[in-house]
Amino acid sequence: MDRILFGDNQFFGINHMSEEKARAQAIRFADIHEITDLLDAAYDSGIHVFMCTTHDRIAEVCAHVRLHPERYSKLEFYPCMPYAHKYANAVTEHGTMEALKRFLPAEGALSALVRGSVSVARRDVEGMARLLIDAEMKMFSGLKTPVIFLQNVVTDLLLGMGIKDAFRIFADHVQDRYKAEPGFITMNMPRLLDALEQVGIENPIVCANMNKLGFRMCGGIDLYEKTIASRKFRPVAMSVLASGAIEPREAIEYVCSQKIESIVFGASSKSNILNTKRLIDEYSVA
Amino acid sequence: MLNVGLIGLGKMGLSHLAIVNTHPAVKLVGICDSASYLCGILHKYTGIEVFSNYREMLDKKSLDAVIIATPSRFHGEMVREALNRGLHVFCEKPFCLDVSDGLDLAELAERKGVVNQVGYHYRFVGAFNEAKRLLDAHALGRLHHVRVEAYGPVVLRPKGATWRSKGSEGGGCLYDYACHAIDIVNYLVGRPDAVSGTVLNRIFSRDVDDEVYATMHFADGMTGMIAANWSDDSLRRMSTQVTLWGTNGRMVVDRQEVKTFIRAAAGGAVAAKEGWDIRHTTDFHSDVWYYLRGEEYSAQLDHFFQCIVEGRRENISSFDSAVQTDCVVSAMLQNAGEAWRQVDSGSRSPTLSPNGSGGFLSAVMGR
Repeated sequence: MDRILFGDNQFFGINHMSEEKARAQAIRFADIHEITDLLDAAYDSGIHVFMCTTHDRIAEVCAHVRLHPERYSKLEFYPCMPYAHKYANAVTEHGTMEALKRFLPAEGALSALVRGSVSVARRDVEGMARLLIDAEMKMFSGLKTPVIFLQNVVTDLLLGMGIKDAFRIFADHVQDRYKAEPGFITMNMPRLLDALEQVGIENPIVCANMNKLGFRMCGGIDLYEKTIASRKFRPVAMSVLASGAIEPREAIEYVCSQKIESIVFGASSKSNILNTKRLIDEYSVA
Repeated sequence: MLNVGLIGLGKMGLSHLAIVNTHPAVKLVGICDSASYLCGILHKYTGIEVFSNYREMLDKKSLDAVIIATPSRFHGEMVREALNRGLHVFCEKPFCLDVSDGLDLAELAERKGVVNQVGYHYRFVGAFNEAKRLLDAHALGRLHHVRVEAYGPVVLRPKGATWRSKGSEGGGCLYDYACHAIDIVNYLVGRPDAVSGTVLNRIFSRDVDDEVYATMHFADGMTGMIAANWSDDSLRRMSTQVTLWGTNGRMVVDRQEVKTFIRAAAGGAVAAKEGWDIRHTTDFHSDVWYYLRGEEYSAQLDHFFQCIVEGRRENISSFDSAVQTDCVVSAMLQNAGEAWRQVDSGSRSPTLSPNGSGGFLSAVMGR
């Protein structure tokens, strides 16, 4: 994995500090050119990975990149799926099973599931999961996707419920079908590592909050630091600035002092991209 | 260890399942839902015992507490059954569709001496608690107006087949979104004494309201406005904001920020500074043992379990307080059908609405 990954939260009205700022960003990035402009700035500064949700609008970015293969010859996407709000809203509107039907090809797996016994259910759950992954991956067709992440809302829902097999199903399908490495985003990193170990996913790519404040690091900053230092996995640090609560230099100095493989950050100005990249480069050398 | 059972596996039920299942002081010993295929999958992958009938679960399992996350119309019966068995009860919101039901249950819970809580999770959001701290310390002086707004994307098309599209089951923006807005106002400044001008409009739904507007009147002359709309997909998720005006300034609070404008030094003791001050969630957030969708979901369940373990009787979001929210909802429902005044274009006899069946709503809807 590259050392620096460019994230996409800022493009979709997600800001963990301010709804006002989130809205202003959503308005600005309604224009796809604003998104590709920033992507270009990141790309030209030497950041060649775009770690993004499977939001509908990412399809527009994908189309843009497909149209300019030379311009983006080194660009890789790390898709993060699913775009959970799409499913959550559908479940609210239609109920769990009806929502599932809407995202799956007609008939097939689901009808057998509803009809069948639990042993049938097991096989069909795996089949369904694969179909859902394929549906989410459609927009990246023809593009480089060497790492595919499971989003934290789903990772942590499955982790909490204790459905560890799902991680195995995800990992296997991503490797078999897309020749990609599976990644997992979580807000509960130490606990997730235990679960991944139990289902035999070795040296996993795990993306979690890592910041000097200990903000949204479940189990506490000490446990996170100990885990990073002592366990075998490939950590990707997110929320390193704690949504702006930590001054950039201090934030980057801290996270680079930990044994992490990559850092993902989002920014909505070219100067912030350049500044953050410069700081990561500076502290990564040291 | 507390033995806990969970009834209802919709969106909130599944979320509770994940959170409860990881709590260090809790053992989730049974889950219950009428959807047998869903139960089958969960049993297969988690090993947790599943039931299709909640009474059977209550009969067979030795429980300390139960979490009820079913559609609201089932709450009354299920909560009563659990209370009669002496169980501590956490129930999803809104508490009861019938106020008298809610009052009975709050009283029964009190008599049984069990911990009782309703899932108004905003009461566990750091920023709202900071707002409460400031208000309790009179940072804004004497309050004279409160505005609460809740917008988000739930019903965006003239379709929908779940219980949320049926008023009789507790569907509609009033029961879903406005309840949270009312409850957070009750929490921050107390319950209004009266409501007026309630508007319950449909946008896409056939049988329930999609937007809610009303004026609230408080005992000391303070007024309030509520606006809720669950057909607004300009926002990615439900977003609730409370704005308060007092003789000493103004405060705007949502899940992520507390913004204060303090006019004079009088508030300086409790607020950081005069003029505008903005503080963020990172200043107020508290660690939880497990994070899913927001600290508040874990924090509210942790509070429930801690109350049981420590034998605490007071609760931040008790049945009692949830019934107060139901009371406001009930007042709004009644008020929505009441008279309105026609804007008179100069003639001398303004007309009032017919007091026949339907009233305001039917006039607007053409029923």
